[in-house]
Amino acid sequence: MKRRNLQLDEHGRLRHLLTIEGLKRQQIVDILDTAESFITVDDQQARNAQVRKVPLLRGKTIVNLFFEASTRTLTTFELAAKRLSADVLKININTSATVKGESLLDMLQNLEAMQCDMFVVRHGDSGAAHLIAQHVAPHISVINAGDGQHAHPTQALLDIFTIRRHKGEFAPLTVAIVGDIMHSRVARSQIHALTTLGISDLRVIAPKTLIPAQVEGLGVHVYHDMKEGLHNADVVIMLRLQKERMQGALLPSEQEYFQDYGLTEEKLAVAKSDVMVMHPGPINRGVEIDSEVADGPRSVILEQVSNGIAVRMAVMSMVLGRPPMDKESEGTAQ
Amino acid sequence: MKISILGGRLIDPANGLDQITNIHIAAGKVVALGDAPAGFEAGQSIDANGQIVCPGLVDLRACLREPGQEYKATIVSETRAAAKSGITTLVCPPDTDPVADTPAVVDLIRHRSIQAGFARVLSLGALTQNLDGKQLAEMGALKAAGCVGVSNAHTAIKNTQVMRRAMEYAASQDLPVFLHAEDPSLADGGCAHEGAVSVRLGLPGIPEIAESIAVARELQLVEQTGVRAHFCQLSSERAAKMIARAQYDGLPVTADVAAHQLFLTEMDIGYFDSQCHVRPPLRTQRDRDGLRAALKRGTISAICSDHQPHDTDAKLAPFPSSAPGISALETLLPLTLRLVDENILSLSEAIACLTHHPAHIVGTSSSLAIGDCADVCIFDPEQYWEFTTESMASQGHNSPFLGWEFKGRVTHTLLAGHIVFNTRN
Repeated sequence: MKRRNLQLDEHGRLRHLLTIEGLKRQQIVDILDTAESFITVDDQQARNAQVRKVPLLRGKTIVNLFFEASTRTLTTFELAAKRLSADVLKININTSATVKGESLLDMLQNLEAMQCDMFVVRHGDSGAAHLIAQHVAPHISVINAGDGQHAHPTQALLDIFTIRRHKGEFAPLTVAIVGDIMHSRVARSQIHALTTLGISDLRVIAPKTLIPAQVEGLGVHVYHDMKEGLHNADVVIMLRLQKERMQGALLPSEQEYFQDYGLTEEKLAVAKSDVMVMHPGPINRGVEIDSEVADGPRSVILEQVSNGIAVRMAVMSMVLGRPPMDKESEGTAQ
Repeated sequence: MKISILGGRLIDPANGLDQITNIHIAAGKVVALGDAPAGFEAGQSIDANGQIVCPGLVDLRACLREPGQEYKATIVSETRAAAKSGITTLVCPPDTDPVADTPAVVDLIRHRSIQAGFARVLSLGALTQNLDGKQLAEMGALKAAGCVGVSNAHTAIKNTQVMRRAMEYAASQDLPVFLHAEDPSLADGGCAHEGAVSVRLGLPGIPEIAESIAVARELQLVEQTGVRAHFCQLSSERAAKMIARAQYDGLPVTADVAAHQLFLTEMDIGYFDSQCHVRPPLRTQRDRDGLRAALKRGTISAICSDHQPHDTDAKLAPFPSSAPGISALETLLPLTLRLVDENILSLSEAIACLTHHPAHIVGTSSSLAIGDCADVCIFDPEQYWEFTTESMASQGHNSPFLGWEFKGRVTHTLLAGHIVFNTRN
C-alpha cells in the first residue's frame, strides 16, 4: 500500500524523484552517468562544465511549483528543462500565504487539467512531495526540489556528481558535512547518497544543538570539534546557516559559530592536501565559511552550480523519457 | 420494554462475574440474572449463545466536534458510532468551540446527546477559562452542570502557579483533574517522536522528555495539592514508570492509554502516513511494550479511544500540516480484544479496562448487578471482520487501521435497557 516505493514504476524505473533513500546504488550511478553524457566533450576538462541542448523532452511540459523562495534551484531546474527542449511553467506561491493541503491538492488538479507532465516541487513541509506524488494523475511525475527538512535529492546528486568528477571512486573517501544538520534537507539527502555509494567514513560536525537525535542511525559519525572531524578529510561539505538559527537558543552568536565551526584555511590544514570544499549555497561569508576558502583553489562551489544543470537534466530525462516497456525489451532497457 | 438476554457469557468485572447466564431487564435496569423473576414476560429476547455480554463500554476521551466543528462530526454521528461499537458512555473533553467553560456549553452537549439517544455523554469542564491557562474556570458551576472532571485538554498550562491554584481549587470542589502531560516548549512545533523516524524524515520532533518532564511537574503538584489526578493517553514507558512510582507512594493518580499506542510505533509513519499523525506521538517499540506492561500491572487502568474524527482535507496535507488524531471509537473494542489474543490481558481484565476502571475514574459505575442501569454490550468474540471506510459509522474516516482484520464484533448495544444498536437492523 503506502509503504511501497512510490518513486519507482512497475518495472523498477524512476517514476518520481522524492528522496535518495531507497534508491539502489546502480540507480544513482545511472543518474550520474547520464548527467555526464550531457556535458559536452570538448568541455570535459573545463572547470565549469558546459551543457548542450538536446531535444529529449520536446513537447513535454514541466511545472516548477515553488512554495518556498529559491534562486539557484529554481533557475537550474528551469535551465535544465529548457536544455531538454521542454516547455517550462513557473508558479511561485507566496510562502507566507496559508497554503494548506487542501488548496495544494486542488491546485494540482487544476494544473493536471492543463496537460502537464512533471511537477518540480519545493515546499516548506517535510513530506509535501510524497503527498503530491501520492495524489497526482498516473502520467505525471514529481521531482522533489526540497521539502521541509526532509530531502533535497537533486542537490545531493549534484554534490556526489561533483565529488565523482574530482575523486573518481567513493569507497576510499572520508567526507565531513559541517553545520546545521538538524534543519538541513540537503544533509539528509547527502547522507543517504554517500552511504548508499559506500564511502568509508562519513562524518557530521556541529554543536549538539544542531545535530538531530539518533543521527548515528543514518550511518554517520558525529563530531563536535572541527579539528577532529576534519582530520584527513577528502571532502568537506559546508551547510548554510540560516540567520533565524540565532534565535531559539541554538547558538549564542554568529561570531562564536564562525570561531568554532566556520571553515578557515587554518582549520582546513588538518584535512588531506587535495581536500575539496563544497557548499550548496547561498554562502554566508564569515559565518560558516571564510571568503579565502570559498574563493580558494580547493573550493568547487561554482562548479556545483553548473553541475546542477546536468544532473537535473539527467533526472528529468530519465523520469520523463522512460520508453514504454513491452515484454521483449523488459530487463534490458536502461 | 422488558428484554431478556439469554445464554450469553456474562463478564462483569465490577462484580467478579464470568459465567454463562441470562440477564433480564425492565424499566432500564437489570432485574434478574439467571432465571427470570416470577411473572416476567420479555417483550424481546436476545439469543446471546456464544456471545460475550458485558457492561457498556466507557470511553474516557472522545472528541465529538460539536459544538464548533460540525463539518468534522456531530454528537448524533459520533454517538451512533459509539453505539455501534458497544460504547455507552463517552467522556467529552472541553476543547469544543466554544470551550466547555460554562454550564451552557455542558448543557448543550448533554441535551444534544439525550436527543440523539445513542450514548451517554459526560463532559469534562475546562480547568481555565477558554483554556487560556490564566484564569480559573467556574469549576463549581461546571460541577453542578454535571461535569465529571476538569481538564485543560491539549492546551498546556505553562504557568506553574496557575496550575497549582487550578489543582487546589479542583481539589476543593472534589473534582478530578484530567491531565495531558506535555511540556509545551519541548513539544513546540513537533509532530513526531524525536528519534529514528523523525531524523530520517526530517520531521520536527517531540522528545520523550516532553511527556516525562510534564508528568514530573504534575506529580509534585498533585502531592502538594492533594487533587485526584488522571493522566490521559500516556505515550512513553518512562512516564508510565513515574506514575507507577507515584501510585506506590500513595498519590491519588490514575492513567489511561489510547488503544493505538498499544499497537503502533513511530515506524508506522512509514513515508509520511498522516493517519499516524497523533498527539502525543507514536513512540518506540520499547515505549509500546512499556505501555503494555504498565497496563498489565494495572498502573494504567483504562484504555480509551482518544477519538478524533476529521474531515478528509484535514489529513490530505503534508504530515506536519495535517491534523493529528484518529477516528477511533470503532477500533476500541477490537484492538483491546487483540491484547487478549496476544496474551497481554485476560478477557476479563481487558473488559475491565473498558468498563469498570474507566467508570471508576469518572465517578460512575459500570456493572450489571441487579438494580444497575442496563447499559450492555454484546459481542461475538469469534467473528472476523475487516475494518473499512464503508463499515464505519463515524463521520471521520481517518484511521491507520483501515484494512486491518479484527476478531470480535459488537452485535447489540443497550443503553438504559433500550436497544440502540443491533446488527440485525
